Amino acid sequence: MANVPVPPDAPMPNRRAFWRDDRFIQVVAQLLVLALVAGLLLVLGQNMAASLQRQGITLGFGFLDNAAGFDIGESLIGYTNSDTFARALLVGLLNTLLVSILGIVLATALGILVGIARLSGNWLVNRLAWLFIELMRNVPLLVLLVFIYTAFFLKLPRARQAIAFGPIYLSNRGVAMPWAEPTASWPAYQYVLVAAVGVAVLAAVGLRAWQERSSRPKPIMLPTLLAGLAVALAGWWILPQPPLTLSMPEIAAFNFRGGRVLTPEFMALLLGLVIYTAAFIGEVVRAGIQSVPKGQVEAARALGLNGRRTLHLVVFPQALRVIIPPLTSQYLNLTKNSSLAVAIGYPDLFAVSGTIINQTGRAVEMIAVVMGVYLLVSLLTSVLMNWYNRRVRLVER
Amino acid sequence: MSARPASLPAHAEVLPPPTERYTVLGWLRKNLFSTWYNALLTVISIVLLALALRSLLDWTLGQARWEVITTNLRLFLVGQYPVAATWRVWACVALLSLLIGLSWSIWGRGRRAGALASGALPFALAILAEDETRLALGITGAMGVLGFVIGRLGGARLRRLALIGWVAYFPLVIVLVSGWSDAAGALPLVTTNLWGGLLLTLLLTVVGIVFSFPLGVLLALGRQYGLPVARGLCVMYIELIRGVPLVTVLFMAQLMLPLFLPGVTIDRVVRAMAGIVLFSAAYLAENVRGGLQAIPRGQYEAARALGLNTWKMMLLIVLPQALKAVIPILVGQFIALFKDTSLVVIVGLLDLMGIAKTVLAQPDFLGLQAEVYVFVALVYGIFCYLMSAFSQRVEARLSAAR
Repeated sequence: MANVPVPPDAPMPNRRAFWRDDRFIQVVAQLLVLALVAGLLLVLGQNMAASLQRQGITLGFGFLDNAAGFDIGESLIGYTNSDTFARALLVGLLNTLLVSILGIVLATALGILVGIARLSGNWLVNRLAWLFIELMRNVPLLVLLVFIYTAFFLKLPRARQAIAFGPIYLSNRGVAMPWAEPTASWPAYQYVLVAAVGVAVLAAVGLRAWQERSSRPKPIMLPTLLAGLAVALAGWWILPQPPLTLSMPEIAAFNFRGGRVLTPEFMALLLGLVIYTAAFIGEVVRAGIQSVPKGQVEAARALGLNGRRTLHLVVFPQALRVIIPPLTSQYLNLTKNSSLAVAIGYPDLFAVSGTIINQTGRAVEMIAVVMGVYLLVSLLTSVLMNWYNRRVRLVER
Repeated sequence: MSARPASLPAHAEVLPPPTERYTVLGWLRKNLFSTWYNALLTVISIVLLALALRSLLDWTLGQARWEVITTNLRLFLVGQYPVAATWRVWACVALLSLLIGLSWSIWGRGRRAGALASGALPFALAILAEDETRLALGITGAMGVLGFVIGRLGGARLRRLALIGWVAYFPLVIVLVSGWSDAAGALPLVTTNLWGGLLLTLLLTVVGIVFSFPLGVLLALGRQYGLPVARGLCVMYIELIRGVPLVTVLFMAQLMLPLFLPGVTIDRVVRAMAGIVLFSAAYLAENVRGGLQAIPRGQYEAARALGLNTWKMMLLIVLPQALKAVIPILVGQFIALFKDTSLVVIVGLLDLMGIAKTVLAQPDFLGLQAEVYVFVALVYGIFCYLMSAFSQRVEARLSAAR
């Protein structure tokens, strides 16, 4: 009976002093860290306040209401140099969003192509995709952008000798292409478009309910699209004049008339971002598809699914789960990389804020604004992609 | 068909073994023309490739004016670094060559062809170069051979020495390149505004790696194991930095550091380095955290059972395994860091990209953007390729050791 084990949760015979208690040490350590960081920030803040005072600058965002006084090359909304700094920033933000969203869509499409080419059984296609990926991954994006801008777009012939691809013209003024011009009936047609979307949504809901009731899969996508399209076409037919007319670019004296001209800065930035990011997305797609075990494909074929349905119903849904997280970070990279626009003169958020800093000397405020906006955009993108990720995630027991 | 097995029924036909796989035609058929659309793709690819290659060759060998590179090679390599002090940069290169030679003979088992090629490279370049450059390249090559021979003679005993050499190399380079006093001594000070070209790019990269590494590991440890307050601070820092572009961080470092630390003059290059380190540490922390998460619970429990305290457990058990697991990812990040240093041109430094801009402003070489940027891309590409090849070797060795 000498060796009775002590139960592990038996109270200790003598209590430890409170300053040797783990919980106490943890609380004190955390307070210390907090005090240290707060102290550091306080000292830095005071230093900054002192330096700003010596330079005679007071912080504040009031200057954003002053007239900007500089022009911006391209803008999605109306802007003149007598508008405020705040509006100039908005113009920059919209330009950033425009190039990011377009870039994300195009880079995804090209990236999927590259990823599939990388998996192709065709040796030549496979090697070419590999070459493309290696080229892009080993060169800094900045070099690529500046190269595309200065050595390609600015070296194109003048507008008079523009290179024509059908109705699209390439020149050192940028890319001129046909564009839809709204006419007097366009405002009315916008309601028709809203109605078309509404009909399509109704159709989708109805078809889905029909599928739920029956036991066999029903076509949903095609009828939905057709319903929406029918309403849109009917509206076009009924209105007294077509809501949009096609405006073709024509070569005028030094520039183009009609159509839409995309500036060389925009095109260079978009092209650079798209091909650079597409290489990375290609690798993500390849890794995702390769992560689906071969047995899955074999099982699908054994069940009698054909090649298309195997890809559609078995391979892609599983690959998607692997692809989404790294794809999200590529989208974020593209958005952040669009700030390199400043190197080739496209007026994005960062470039516009740089101009504002030069004009007003408000460096602290502008850096805070720009960082805040990028942070917000990044967070929104992550939230959106995380929501999508949860939807495609494997639901386990 | 003569050796027909007796067990087969008389009407069964014996087929010859398939041979197509081993012939050139068979290979072509299998890999390029297996289906009609593959054949179409192959033909289209070949036509496009031929067109691209022809215009590329035309341009490289015919139209391109490469004298813009050869005339300004010195600028591209070291920028405005004083001619009288160039020997210091060469000394760094020669020392590097010595260390590479030494390490190659100690660790690089069975890579004789690669070693021969690398050793012959400086001598080959020396033949092409002239005067002092030829001498310097010759010395570089000789140092490499010397290191290799020392390693051969010393063998595995020199491992520790080689490691110490690599650790000591970094501060030595900084001292050699920057010098330490205004007086006209052996190593007069070379102010950072004279650093430029590839030299500046490489220094930014190395400083970025050396300083962001410990910071990143600390942040990762804080995020993974820290008490709630420390963890919260680490998460905030990491997510804040990862949410903004590098240019904004560089800009902030340029404009705000002097405001934060009045009285201390921090020159522009150091400010850029600070920006790069702060930025890179956040990404490094996330990568290291991935490694930390991969460590099985049993490792912690075993370390505890051996009586190790928290710090010893981290330094001796957890971190070595965690870092080893993420070496390929870390090298990938260092490659990205190397490429990202090109952004310092936006805050006005004269790195490789900055020099490219100044060269393009020379009246003799207006409009030669294609030549200059192709050259710059090539330099970046070679270094990135070397780094990723090195990482693949390390990865292969580690996975073989496991």
